[in-house]
This record gives sequence, structure tokens and C-alpha cells, in this order.
Amino acid sequence: MTLTMTRDTSVEPPVDQPPPKRRRPRFLRHVLLSAVGVLMMYPLLWMISSSLKPSNTVFTDESLWPAVVDLGNYARGWTALSEPFEIYLVNSLVIVILSIIGNLLSCSLAAYAFARLRFTGRKLFFAMMLGTMMLPGHVLVVPQYVMFDRLEWLNTYYPLLVPHFLATNGFYIFLMVQFMRSLPQELDDAARIDGCGPFRTFWKVIMPLCLPAFATTAIFTFISVWNEFFGPLLYLTDPELYTVPLALRQFMDSEGQSQWGEMFAMSFLSLAPVIGFFIAGQKYLVKGIATTGLR
Amino acid sequence: MTAIRRQDRAGYLFLLPWFGGMVFMIVPFFASLYLAFTDYDLLTAPTWAGLDNFRRMFDDAKLHQSLKVTIIYTVVSVPLSLIVALAVAMVLDRGVRGLAIYRSVYYLPSLLAGSVAIVMLWRYIFGYNGIVNDFLSWFGIQGPGWASDPRYALSTLILLHIWTFGSPMVIFLAGLRQIPAMYYEAASMDGASGWRQFRSITLPLLSPIIFFNLVQALIASFQTFTQGYVISNGTGGPGESTLFYNLYLYQKGFAEFDMGYASALAWLLLVIIAGFTAVNFLAARFWVFYDN
Repeated sequence: MTLTMTRDTSVEPPVDQPPPKRRRPRFLRHVLLSAVGVLMMYPLLWMISSSLKPSNTVFTDESLWPAVVDLGNYARGWTALSEPFEIYLVNSLVIVILSIIGNLLSCSLAAYAFARLRFTGRKLFFAMMLGTMMLPGHVLVVPQYVMFDRLEWLNTYYPLLVPHFLATNGFYIFLMVQFMRSLPQELDDAARIDGCGPFRTFWKVIMPLCLPAFATTAIFTFISVWNEFFGPLLYLTDPELYTVPLALRQFMDSEGQSQWGEMFAMSFLSLAPVIGFFIAGQKYLVKGIATTGLR
Repeated sequence: MTAIRRQDRAGYLFLLPWFGGMVFMIVPFFASLYLAFTDYDLLTAPTWAGLDNFRRMFDDAKLHQSLKVTIIYTVVSVPLSLIVALAVAMVLDRGVRGLAIYRSVYYLPSLLAGSVAIVMLWRYIFGYNGIVNDFLSWFGIQGPGWASDPRYALSTLILLHIWTFGSPMVIFLAGLRQIPAMYYEAASMDGASGWRQFRSITLPLLSPIIFFNLVQALIASFQTFTQGYVISNGTGGPGESTLFYNLYLYQKGFAEFDMGYASALAWLLLVIIAGFTAVNFLAARFWVFYDN
């Protein structure tokens, strides 16, 4: 049981229907599993349902299916905060897209070196990389803040973006290293015989084959950056720069019960892309992980 | 010789961004150790304070409270969510029709739980007028405002943590797949009960994965921030009942700009996490089974 296997399969084991190990009353099991499923989904369903109820019925209408459906919460919530909501959505989207590009570029470069090239100190550096995966980030926060302050990067996106271009997330490097190691070495040898240097081999031969691992990295980056709260809270003070999570937080400052529906409406909008990515990305996740983690 | 050097050069070129990233980590790592022994407010240069920051910790009641909150949260929610994850994974592993759907439904909350939206939602679900109290009222019980009551606020966050059991569950599910079915068949023929099979086959063969999940979850749980911040709107309330360690560190470092003390706090937490992890690794010798 290697680290990779356990880590990578966190998303999808590759086989869907194993042979039943034992026979038990199936119906009962489905009732139980469905009950757990409803319990798990109920908070989300309640959020959606509340976002559709007119403000004056949020308390009186307790049913999950709204008696009156009203999209007004979405319209009002969109403009309820200091900036219109599209500003926050665009800000978040810009940060997420650049973070994905940064992670893909920097981590794949590092992964190629670790997986395919021989050079002095490779093992030491690889061990250091694994060590940073375990290092709790909070230890670095104070000096990093001081450093970003000196660079005059506070209240810009640099503190949130630059680390992604510097391969600071060991998990993605590790994922790609495992993936690249599974590709046959003959590919590199053939490319070299045809006169490719390491860069062309990387760019023309290895990169195109790593798409499943890149898809996995992109999806994980999307979800974690989209949800990230601590970094933006620390570094962004100008409301025009706020990301979606920071924007949502403002609902708590103006906590009147009249704003419930609006808050839930915008909350749901903020979760929808993650849910969408999860549903759309499952196929790629399975592929990426099946090839990476399990032989 | 030159060929080797060229290999070296190529390797270092590919690692260039990563080297930059290491500077972003190694320099702050040692800088924070240095700052822990200083008095520093960001505006004036740090002044050496020796062990002052660490002495202050003994009398800092808020620090003690934050340690208590964080440790209770970790010690309760991590094992509970792993047990739920393992139990559900074992039920799913027995060849259930629609496995993929159940797995997705159980896994989705793990992707969402760290978001501000969900923690705010939690505040209302467990609020005075929330659905939990709606449900209790069917039985004639009027519950308190769970999230705003110092006695229960942390418990609501523990439930939020358990709501994310899907991610360890998926890992367990993959691990269970690796256990050959013939082990169970052989055990059944020898008349071993279900519990006996669990104790003697499932648990030992799955123990490296359980261990891995445990270590990961502990490290992450000690660093909980968003949940405490959002449920209390940054205060750690009600009554400091959700004052997570990292929330307190944030208040000290970035609200009061007491950055020397905040660095010392960061190092104390690092030592605590390292200690818990070390104990875990030592204990692992007695229960984690590596089958090579």
C-alpha cells in the first residue's frame, strides 16, 4: 500500500461493480444507504429551497418544496453586497484559471525532472519535496506576509498566484511523477535517438500523454482555489478585489433575517461551479487515478 | 563527463520554478523561528525578546482555550469520521447496485465543506429557527440556537466534519478492493463470524490505509480555520467556544499585529502536530500491518 495509491484513489476507485462478496437482504441495504444519502444532501437541498422562497415565507414555509417559487433572491442578492456579484465571480475565475495554468506548468516541469532525468541531488530534492507536503502551512504565514508586504504585494493577487507558478504544492508534483513513471522509458529513448533534447521530449512526447494527470490536477486546483478563504482574507482588503468566499462573508456583517434568501441564493451560486466540475470531471478523475494510483 | 553535466543542467532547469518555490518556503520557515524570539509589529524592526513570547504562553488564558477547542475538535471528529467512513465503505464494498451514485452523493460534501457558503449554511441549519429545531419541534422539543450556544457551537462543527466522511470513505473503498475475496471465502469455510473476519482480515489488511488517513486528518484538523472564523464571524465565539488555534493565531498576528507572538504560536502548534504525528507513527508499530 503506497502513499500514492491511497492518496490518488481519494476520488474514484477504478472498478465499479465488484463481484458480491456476500449476499444479504439487498432491499434493506438500499433503504439504509438512501437514508444516509438524503441526510447528506439535505443541507444542500434546504439551501436551494430557501434560496427560492420569498423572504416573508422563509420561516413560515417549512417544506422543502417552496409553496411559491421566487427568483427575486437571486436578483437582489446579486447587488446586495458592496460590489455587484459579477465582479467577485470574475475575480475568482481569473485567480482560479491562472492558478491552474501555474500548477500545470510548474508542477509538470518539476515532475518531469524527478521522474525522467538523472542529475546530482535528485533523491535529496525529491525527499525535500515530500517533506514540504507534510509541512503545516501556518508556520510560514507570518514571514510570508512580511515578505509580501515588503514586495508591496499586499492587496494584489500576486501572493495568491505566484506560489502556484513555483510548484509549491507537492501533491500535484507527486501525482504527476507517479503518472510519468508509468509511461514506458522507450518513449524518451526513441525521442532522443530522433534528436530531441529534454525540453522537446517533455513538450512533444511526455506532456500530451499526461493529460489525465493534468485533468486531475486542474480539477483539484479548481476546487481548492475556488473555495480558498484564508489567503484572500489575509491579502485582499479592497472590496473590488474580493473573491467569492470573501464576498459571501459580507452577508454575515449585515445579518438581518430579511437577507436569508439572498444569502442562500448567492451561496448556492458559489457552490454550483464546484458541483458542476465534480459531475463533469468524474470521468477524467477516474482515468487519471486509475492510471496513476492503481496498477 | 560532459554528458552527465548536461543531464545535471537539464534537471536543474526543469526544477527552476520548484527551487524558487522552495525559497518561498525555506526562508519563511527559518524566519518564523527567528521571529518567535522577537517582538515585532511589522512597522518597526523586530527586537530580540529571548524567551518572552514563550513565557507569555503560560498565562495566556485565550491560548489555553484555543488549544482546548482544537484538541477536543480533533480528538472527537477525526476518529468519528473515520469510523463512519469505514463502516459505509464496508457496506458499499459488498457489491451494491448503484454504487457509483452512492459514492458520488457521499463524496460531494467533502468538496464543499471547506467553503464559506457551507459554514454559513451550517449556522442557519443549527440556528434557533433552523431545520434541526424544525425537526425537533415535531416531537415537541424546542431546541436552543445550537450554533450560538457556547455549549453546542463546537459540536455543530464536529458534525460538519463528520459530514465530510466521503473522502476517507472513497480511499477505504479502494483499499477494500485490494483484499482478495478468497481470504473471506476461506474464513467463512472455517466458520469465522462476520466480526471475526473483520478483526482478522479486513482490519489488518486495511491498517496502512487507516493509518494514512488518520495522520492526514489529524494534521489537517489541527489547522482548522475557516469553520471557526465563519461560524463566529471572526470572533471565535460564542464565549470563545469556537476559538480554533489558527483563528487565535490569526487574531494575534493580523488583527493585533503581534507578529513575534504569532510566530511563537505557530511554532508551538508545529511542535504539537509533530508530537501527535510522532506518537501516531510509534503506535503504528503495534497495529499497522504491512503485508509484503
